[in-house]
Order: sequence, then C-alpha cells, then structure tokens
Amino acid sequence: MKKNCKISFPRFGNYNIAIEILMKQGLECDYIDAPLTTKKTLEIGTKYSPDFVCTPFKYQLGGYIEAIEAGANTLIQVGGPCRLGYYGELHEQILKDLGYDVNFINMAEADFAKPLTFYNEFKKINPKLNLKKVTSTLLLVVKVVEKIDKIEDFIRQNVGFEVHNGDFDSIHKDFLAELKTIKNKKELNETYKKYMSKLKKVKTNKPEHPLQVGFIGEYYTIMDPYSNHHMEKELAKKGIVIKRWMNITNSFFNAPEKEIKKSIKNYAKYDMGATSMYTIKSALDYAKEGFDGIIHLKSFGCTPEIDAMPVLQKIAEDYKIPIIYFSFDSQTSDVGINTRIEAFYDMIMMRKEKK
Amino acid sequence: MKIGIPRAFLYYKYHVLWETFFEELGIEYIVSPKTNKELMREGTALAIDEACLPHKIYLGHVNYLIDKCDYIFVPRIATLGGTKDIVCSRFQAIYDLVKNTYREKNLKLLYYSIDILNKDTELKAFLKMGKFLGKNKAQVLKAYYIAKQAEKTTKLIELNEQRKNLESEKLKILVISHPYNIYDEYIGRPVLDTLKELNCVPILGCVVESKKAREEARIISKTLPWTFNKELVGAISLYKDKVDGIILVSAFPCGPDSLVNEMIMRRLKDKPIITLVLDAQEGTAGMETRLESFIDIIRIKEERDYEKELQN
Repeated sequence: MKKNCKISFPRFGNYNIAIEILMKQGLECDYIDAPLTTKKTLEIGTKYSPDFVCTPFKYQLGGYIEAIEAGANTLIQVGGPCRLGYYGELHEQILKDLGYDVNFINMAEADFAKPLTFYNEFKKINPKLNLKKVTSTLLLVVKVVEKIDKIEDFIRQNVGFEVHNGDFDSIHKDFLAELKTIKNKKELNETYKKYMSKLKKVKTNKPEHPLQVGFIGEYYTIMDPYSNHHMEKELAKKGIVIKRWMNITNSFFNAPEKEIKKSIKNYAKYDMGATSMYTIKSALDYAKEGFDGIIHLKSFGCTPEIDAMPVLQKIAEDYKIPIIYFSFDSQTSDVGINTRIEAFYDMIMMRKEKK
Repeated sequence: MKIGIPRAFLYYKYHVLWETFFEELGIEYIVSPKTNKELMREGTALAIDEACLPHKIYLGHVNYLIDKCDYIFVPRIATLGGTKDIVCSRFQAIYDLVKNTYREKNLKLLYYSIDILNKDTELKAFLKMGKFLGKNKAQVLKAYYIAKQAEKTTKLIELNEQRKNLESEKLKILVISHPYNIYDEYIGRPVLDTLKELNCVPILGCVVESKKAREEARIISKTLPWTFNKELVGAISLYKDKVDGIILVSAFPCGPDSLVNEMIMRRLKDKPIITLVLDAQEGTAGMETRLESFIDIIRIKEERDYEKELQN
C-alpha cells in the first residue's frame, strides 16, 4: 500500500461527488477529481482499448489515464451486471502494460452475496479503516445520490422552459459545489431544500400541455451526459419535458425487480439481461402515459440493449409512439446526431399538432 | 408432434443431450440444415443490425423451421453457477427475442430455462419440458439420464480424438472459439479446412474437460464471469505447451470475446498467437492469407530454433 493514497474514479455524470464524499469522509483518504470528460478522453481510451469493446470501456480507460496524469495513484472500478463486470481486470492490465504504477481497486473481486468482501476491498485503500465511519458515510452517500437524482429530474423536466437562459444551469452548478462540502444528513437536507426551492422559483413559461419525451437505454451512456453528447439538454432546449427513470436511485438502490418483471410480462417472459428490463419497463410506462416520443440510447454493440430493441419495436407499434434509436461509439459525430434529433423533433411536433 | 431444432448457438454444445432426450421420449424432431448463404441472408434481414453474426445465423435457422414442425426448440440459459458463472446475455434473452421477432406469426416454441443462481437446474428444466411434452416423470427422468450418459460418452470420444491429434507430428494449432462459431459450416469450418490444407492439425479449445478448464481459468483471470469463455481460457493453459501456435477466432462484435481475447493476448507471452474476427463479408481469401502467413512464421521460427539447438 502506498502512502498518501490519492484516489480517483473516471467521470460518470455528477455521481463522482458521492464517491468523493465516500473516499474523503468514509475512508479518510485524498480524492483526485478526474478531469472533465472531453473528446481527448475518448481518443486516449480508444487508442489503448480493444477494437469492438463497448464505448464506456474506452471512456473509463481514458478517464483513468487522465486521472493518473492529474496526480491520482489509486483507481477504483465498481463493476456492473454486464460486460462492466469484467472491465476492471482488463483496465488494470492495460494500465500496467502502459507502465503506470498505480493501485487498482476492483470491486468485481468482491461478492454481492457477501458484503464483508466489499469491506475487504475498502481495506486495500485504507488498512486502518474505521468500519463505523465507512458504514455511516455509505448511508450518507446513498442519500447524496438520491438528492442528485431528484434535483436533476426536476431540471430535466423544466429547463426547456426557462425564461432567462442559463438559470437552471447556474443553480445546478452551485448545488453540486455545495454538495461536496456536506458533512452529515442534516447539512445534506438543508442544501437540498435550499436549492430545490431556488429551482422552483426560476421563471418558466411552461405551456399546459408541453411535448414530453422519455429517455431509455443502457446504464452508462444514458447516465453520463458526455457519453450521449448532452442529448437531454439539446432536446429540452426545444421546449420539451424530458423524463428518465434510469438513474442510480431507481436502478440500484430501489430496483423493484419483481414488480418490473410483472409489469412487462406481456412483452418479456424472462429477464433479458443487464438493464434490458428497465429499458422495456420505462418505454412501456412512457407509452401508456401518452408521451410524444421515446429516445433509446446505448453504446455500440451493447448486447442486452440490442436484444431489448425488438421488444421496443412492438411497444411502439402497440401504443403508436415513435421511438428513435441512437448507438454511440468513438466515431459518433455531433452533426449526425443533431440531424436525426431535428428530424425526430419535427415529427413529434407535427404529430402533436394533428391531435 | 414434431420439434424443430435450430442448428445454431447452443445446439453445438448440447445437441447430443437434446437429440437423445427427444429420441428416448419417442418425439420426432428435425434439425435445420447446415448454415448456407441463404440462411444467413434471411437471418441478417430479421436481426437488429448491430447484433452479432451467430445471432443473425440463429434467426436464419429459426426462420427455416417455420411451417416445417409443430414447435421450434428455443431453450434459454441465464446463469450456470454463482454471479461469476454467467453466460452472454443473449442466451438469457433468446426466448423473448424470438417471441418478439415473430410476434405476428405467434410461433409455438418449446423451451426450458436454466438459471442455477435462482435454483433452476438443468434437471428441473428438463423435467418441466418433459411434462409439457405429455410424458410422465419416470419416463422423463430416464430419458434425461440416458441423454446425460450419451453426452458424457460423446465428450470422451471427442477428448480421445483430441489426444490422438495432440500426438501428431504435424504442426498443431490451438483454435480458441465458441463451438457455434467454429463448427458452423459457413463461418467457422473454412478456418479448420484452411488449417488442414496448410498441413496443420487443428486442436479445438472447446474440446476440453469443462470443469478442469474452468478451474484453470481462475488462475489466469480472477474475475472472468462468463462460463463458456472460462472453458476456453482454461483450455489455453491446458493445451498451450502441446501446440505450436494459437488462433483466437471470434465473431463480430462478440461482447465477452471483445474483452477476454484482449486479456489473453496481453497475458499469454510464450506462444505465437493471432486473432481472427469472423464477419458477414463474403469470401475467405483474407482469412486464408492471414492463416498462411501465420503458419509460415511459426515454421520459420521453429526451423531457426532447431538450428540453434543443433549449434549448441
């Protein structure tokens, strides 16, 4: 174990704040903020990644390298239900082959069925770890994530109607900055309340029946705005309410697997793997609620999401709701996306006018 | 009642088990023909563009069986052990995939579901299927055990054959590939044929003692979660000292292989090794050229090593 552990995790939406709090307060070590994701991050990641691996692997690899260059000496990989579960070991190998001398904490080595194995992973970061402190910080971090998700849900649904351009963004930014400094639940709740009321006071001109679009799709690409080329914001700007069920709170902390399985049983008898059930469930909900359209996002070659697509096509048919599909890889250009988004917008707009 | 079995995906791993089981129960079945251009074209038209090549082939075989049987056999597998013994999610999804792709036709499917993590074992799956087929428990149990015996025997014969091949004087090339790729007439066979034409003996990674290979894989890669890939990785470590070179054959864009083959390339340093990605492109000239130069390099290297040995 190195002294002065400086830990980092590649950028993933705004969830890095939760990891920062866990590392600083729970594990009592330094946290290095990974630089914001840029085109460069993806370029670096792509250069050292296998060819047809999914894009999140490339983003994260680029993110690790940028974090090391920013001073990190310990990196974490959290793993996940699909290919994500094997990312860590290969990331670690590639970084080693590139000559980077870092500690790599791979949560895939722990076992969800045995919580103690996670404690063992944390111990690799700080051997003098205080279990009580870790546990209480973990509970706090869960709440932090919930608040991030709630604030972002609200923004998504309203940012398209702000009278003064940039109001929501600047409050969001201040909220995230203050969030980094909270020490306990009480401070968290105060911060949340303060910014939520600020957000609610922002002047908007939301019509009575605005266009509504639901976002569905693969875990990483949908939750990381950079990975989907900030599509939510781009679309919201046109005066659209954006809804997205998929976030860490819903998919990880709450995860009502049984209910979801039941609600989609007309379309899928079995769990089709990874996040496919969530994708189908969200699509069905938005379709039933009469949304104007659905946007499906995934990285190129994402197997579970590809397999959900024939189901989505049936939902689109049954409920007469347009669904547009986006697949992201390292070659995806903004121009191509914007053209398709424009066409989609025109289409749902015309459909709405006809109604 | 007539069952139609698609000659694709899990067929190559389980066909002895399936066929013996149906035969023992006196149930008639047909197997779709070997993959050809037409089957592949039809499967490609039915599949989502980005789906992997063997999935497109699978749909082509399902398509062939429509109207030729009463039930099409589409079993699924979710897990084969704990959280570190999973399969590609496509095998998890395959039943619902076929159902949705052909919803308007309302295809009748015969299926089972294996999900060891949730205690749905293979035995349970077959008992359920036997009941659906209208057979009593004793009949089904007997058929299942006979089928298991047949499966074991076939494996032993294959292993024996492989052992003989390993003693060959010719150049031996270990081919690491999922059985549904390498045994497929249209995409994988040409690789084996080319190797034979180059006067080499192909050693198949998928012909290995499964359990031993899986344990071996843990030594090479601790967090590798896919059981089928574990068997292949384990096979490398069990066979590599007995072969002259290794070819990793994968189909575009296989999710598990995309990571696992990269890991193998990085961790295996002491053997000549190349990767070969099968895609839907027609013609085998590119593949043949690559194999030829790979084999040439191995032969030149071995000659040099031999000369060096003589000099010492």
